[in-house]
Amino acid sequence: MTRLRKSVGGSHVLPRDPDAWGAFTWSAARADLDGLAGGALNMAHEAVDRHAARRGGETALRVLDPQGGRRLLTWHDLAARTGRFADLLRALGVRRGDVVVAALGRGEALYTTALGTLKAGCVFSALFPAFGPEPLRARLAAGRARVLVTTKAVYERKIAPQRAALPDLEHILLTDAAEGAGALEPALAAMSPAADTAPTRPGDAALLQFTSGTTGTPKGAVLAHEALVAQLATARWVFDLAPGDVYWCTADPGWITGLVYGVVAPLAAGATVVVDGGDFEAGRWLSILERERVQVWYTAPTAIRLLRRAGTELARGVDTSALRLAASVGEPLDPASVRWGQEAFGRPFHDTWWQTETGAIMIANTPARDIKPGSMGRPLPNITAAVARREDDGGLTLLEGAEATGELVLKAGWPSMFRGYLDQPHRYAASFRDGWYLTGDLVRRDGDGDFWFVGRADDVIKSSGHMVGPTEVEAALLEHPGVAEAGVVGRPDAVAGEVVVAFVAPAPGHAPGEALRRELLAHARRRLGPALAPRAIVFRDQLPKTDSGKIMRRVLRDRLLKETPGDG
Amino acid sequence: MAEQDLKRHVLDQLAAVAPEVDPDAVDPETNFRDQFDIDSVDFLNLVLGLEKRLGVRIPEYDYPKLSSLDGAVAYLREKTPA
Repeated sequence: MTRLRKSVGGSHVLPRDPDAWGAFTWSAARADLDGLAGGALNMAHEAVDRHAARRGGETALRVLDPQGGRRLLTWHDLAARTGRFADLLRALGVRRGDVVVAALGRGEALYTTALGTLKAGCVFSALFPAFGPEPLRARLAAGRARVLVTTKAVYERKIAPQRAALPDLEHILLTDAAEGAGALEPALAAMSPAADTAPTRPGDAALLQFTSGTTGTPKGAVLAHEALVAQLATARWVFDLAPGDVYWCTADPGWITGLVYGVVAPLAAGATVVVDGGDFEAGRWLSILERERVQVWYTAPTAIRLLRRAGTELARGVDTSALRLAASVGEPLDPASVRWGQEAFGRPFHDTWWQTETGAIMIANTPARDIKPGSMGRPLPNITAAVARREDDGGLTLLEGAEATGELVLKAGWPSMFRGYLDQPHRYAASFRDGWYLTGDLVRRDGDGDFWFVGRADDVIKSSGHMVGPTEVEAALLEHPGVAEAGVVGRPDAVAGEVVVAFVAPAPGHAPGEALRRELLAHARRRLGPALAPRAIVFRDQLPKTDSGKIMRRVLRDRLLKETPGDG
Repeated sequence: MAEQDLKRHVLDQLAAVAPEVDPDAVDPETNFRDQFDIDSVDFLNLVLGLEKRLGVRIPEYDYPKLSSLDGAVAYLREKTPA
């Protein structure tokens, strides 16, 4: 295959020796992008239009559906569809900087919406369609979304009943409505495919991604258009991604990975992106690897562990000879699963680490060197990572030396670093100390300089790749009359990494037992959806509290570890 | 096992995993995941629960056969002694 890649220091492949990484600078990475006149930069131009101009007839997307359908979109098709969507936003009076939200699964509509929104100079935000009504409302309201793109079912079940609580939400576009108000496809057909791309500045907001912290409201992290500098560079450095490569990212778009490494970065790299609309299913996933001749595959520990359960023989039975690199993200991948990749596919899984706030992969097991199974890997070029301790006086102490354990901190200033938490400047400021971004992840650095994930510094639960904020879950439980107190923590789980478990002290007059347990699970799932809702309830007469009345989640976690799994 | 008993087992296990689901409202022919918000961990718990209840072993490559009520009942009928 002819590789059309631009040269950065001769090759995008990282040399084994970090001392030879000198050419892999951010300015070299910037030169890998076209840019627009007058110093403007727009993700949609880089991800779509520049490829449409150069090789418009080649395939940009292969969209698969669970029923076996397969639809190919060329770069020309994608340019036209995103142009029509941008034109539609302008026709609706949506302005640059306004927020457009998609609650969609993986599919053609997601790409049209995300890239069309960016083309129009609006800010794109993706939410899990499987979120319950409460997390959807909270995030739509916090983002002051003007447009929501979703399906009829999600709209009718979860949004319509609470539309009055969302005064900023003016337009609903439905991807599966054939006609009538809000039907997306007929509206697009009436628009121009050649809408101008907004000349956004590199620092203008492009993506708004909600993430959970320990405390109440979800945080809307803002990424700028120039985040693409690091997103594209890391796709090169970690995946060695080049034009024409067949690339499959399995992440849901409601998760930052699904957006950055599912949509923007691989298209900017000119890769052919496989988009599978189905849910996880071992047999089908393996057949996708085989039939689509996937070369680079980015997936997550929960899926890898489920594939392992399905058995090595099943995996060995498919032809994955095209697979060049397999990578994982979301939570630490255990060493056995890393090695299982080698056994099953002849390729070990490269674990990678990043967060919504970092905007791109920061630490990884790159192809440049041998994988250390179970480790996060090493910082990528231009990323300075350290192990630190927050001091009570507001200072930060960097912990030197081998085997140092503490909070992972990153020297601020890389191009994809988040530019703020929407409307929460204090929270943003509190994320930095002495010029370092505080990740909230506890790590250990070994003698070779590799990082190892130890746990969270806060109470956030990482379940199947979701960041679950315990306060949001507790608040939903406390709305139920049967709950006097609630404390939500994570329990280690062989498949999901952690699962959400709620300790509940029942309100007077409500007896703990199977009936109340089911009622609370049902209540939480209706409000929150399965990604955030607890999977188990543990009843206690009362919960451990500090002198000031705060529930001590740490004590609850310790108790869970001592009790039999599945208790509740 | 009789079809009615198997149906009850599947619906009971579904209720244990996703108690918000009204068993009377389950469309037997439609994929569970197209009717309700259940994710891959829920589905795994549904299958593992059925294995435990019925004392059968369900290999992963058969999981798709259990993705609807009718599908699950038909599959389990073959798996369980009459």
